[in-house]
Amino acid sequence: MSVLQLENVAKNFGDLKAIQNISYSLEEGEVLGLFGHNGAGKSTSIKLILGLLSPDEGHISVFGQAPDQKEFLNKRHQIGFLQENVSFYEQLTGLEVLMFFAKLKGFGRKQCLALLERLGLSHAINRKVGTWSKGMRQRLGLAQAMLGEPKLLLLDEPTVGLDPVATQDFYQSVAELKEQGCSVILCSHVLPGVERYIDRAAIMGKGQLLALGSLGTLRKQAKLPVRLEIEGRDLLSNLPQDVKHMLENTGDSNLENHLVLGGNSQDKMKMMQTLAAMQQVTDFQWHIPNLEDLYNHFCQPVTNREVQS
Amino acid sequence: MNALLIVAGKEYQDGLRNRWLLAIAVILALLAIGLAVFGAAAAGQSGFAPVATTIASLASLAVFIVPLIALMLAYDALVGEAENGTLLLLLTYPLSRDQLLLGKWLGHGAILATSTILGFGSAAVMMGLFSDTGWTGLIQPFLLLILSSILLGWCFIGIAYLVSAVVQEKSKAAGLALVIWLLFVLIFDMGLLGILVATGGQISGELFPWLLLLNPTDIFRLLNLQGLGGEQALTGLMSVASGGIFPAWGLIGAMLTWLLLPVSIALICFRRRAL
Repeated sequence: MSVLQLENVAKNFGDLKAIQNISYSLEEGEVLGLFGHNGAGKSTSIKLILGLLSPDEGHISVFGQAPDQKEFLNKRHQIGFLQENVSFYEQLTGLEVLMFFAKLKGFGRKQCLALLERLGLSHAINRKVGTWSKGMRQRLGLAQAMLGEPKLLLLDEPTVGLDPVATQDFYQSVAELKEQGCSVILCSHVLPGVERYIDRAAIMGKGQLLALGSLGTLRKQAKLPVRLEIEGRDLLSNLPQDVKHMLENTGDSNLENHLVLGGNSQDKMKMMQTLAAMQQVTDFQWHIPNLEDLYNHFCQPVTNREVQS
Repeated sequence: MNALLIVAGKEYQDGLRNRWLLAIAVILALLAIGLAVFGAAAAGQSGFAPVATTIASLASLAVFIVPLIALMLAYDALVGEAENGTLLLLLTYPLSRDQLLLGKWLGHGAILATSTILGFGSAAVMMGLFSDTGWTGLIQPFLLLILSSILLGWCFIGIAYLVSAVVQEKSKAAGLALVIWLLFVLIFDMGLLGILVATGGQISGELFPWLLLLNPTDIFRLLNLQGLGGEQALTGLMSVASGGIFPAWGLIGAMLTWLLLPVSIALICFRRRAL
């Protein structure tokens, strides 16, 4: 049974269609990246999954139960949530903040101390949260989301304001949770660095699900070009005839020393063979479409429609 | 532990930490002791004022200060959490909206109750120790004053929650709370007196006492001043309700209605509040 299941879900706020006909599921131990511009419907999706909003159409099931029902209250022990820019209670110490949330889930001081240590916050537990840096507060947010070893973790823009090192640490913690069987939904509009931590990506735009799948699947769907950048000597002179059509115009006049071949994912093998056969090559670089490229590709139709209307 | 009690405990702890409890208790104690010790000075006498005079003065004081304290203590209970982003987070926990609001009510109510007991109680202790009144004559009127002050405070905490549940910004909630205080504490009575004067007393005299029940501060005053047993303390608008038109249990019933009504409406509004 899926941890989470959305079937043809729609949510409107007056005339605004916040979510339209969304369907996806989340399996145990899976990390789903939910991406989209501001107003794409990510936060509304999260609120629907948390049961803070009820869908106008369709059905949502979390641990086999509708989350907006009263009976779901007891299942909330198994859910962790971290929202964007939560400021917590600034007059309380880090430990007191975490203790308050822990008590609501039925946990005590011991687990709070362990979590704070795990996230590198032990040194500051008795300092008021108001004096903490943004990165520390965000880690405190993750600590509260991790309380009680949740089976479903919903992270809404978790790395906003974190420095690169803190961001990597953060994703490492998410990876550890995944290892323990926790299913994660990671909402973000900061794409670099995320792709190696997610199993699948869901790209949203204007309340619609524009694409859903693993990065490999999305690359196949998008058919974005794969590029091979080669450096060496006498490259153009020695380039085999049957790959010359792949030569990309980069504006570089010195094609004997630097050239770029472009093709679809099926052309990768041909490019590899060319690369292996050319003894003049001194260096090369593959450019495979990354999450950002895929995101831009799938969001394109929505942007175009918007321009036309 | 029950989620409601956890929320209540946190609010109480916040009240202690923010020095709310201490500040309220000190303010009430200073004013109460001041009135008890120097209350007789207005009549050209020295020493402690009689209990009836002290209670009448304290009741008049409590009418102004207790609602103000309650409104300031609780106006941002919900809207403040919403602005911080903690409201959304809290409601993803095994905690219903009703439990959150009622937990806060319990916590804020406990802060106000503790402060009132300490504040007014210290005046009672001072009078018991140093005046000629003796403990027996003090207990009943002070008990009534303290309990009715707590009830009055709880009414206004409920009203503050109603404001906090319907308003989207903390600053607007603060402004509205102040308007409500002015309305109940000053404008309402002045309005009624104005009508009475303007109509030259033509309006049915039977109607006016009932109109006082529309204001919890008037109910509080009636309860305390009637509790003194004499009519001498009934001045101004209170005199229209002279003659003990309302029995004590009726006034307590009206107060309890004012206690439950705003918080019930606040609960309904909070359940419907969009996140």
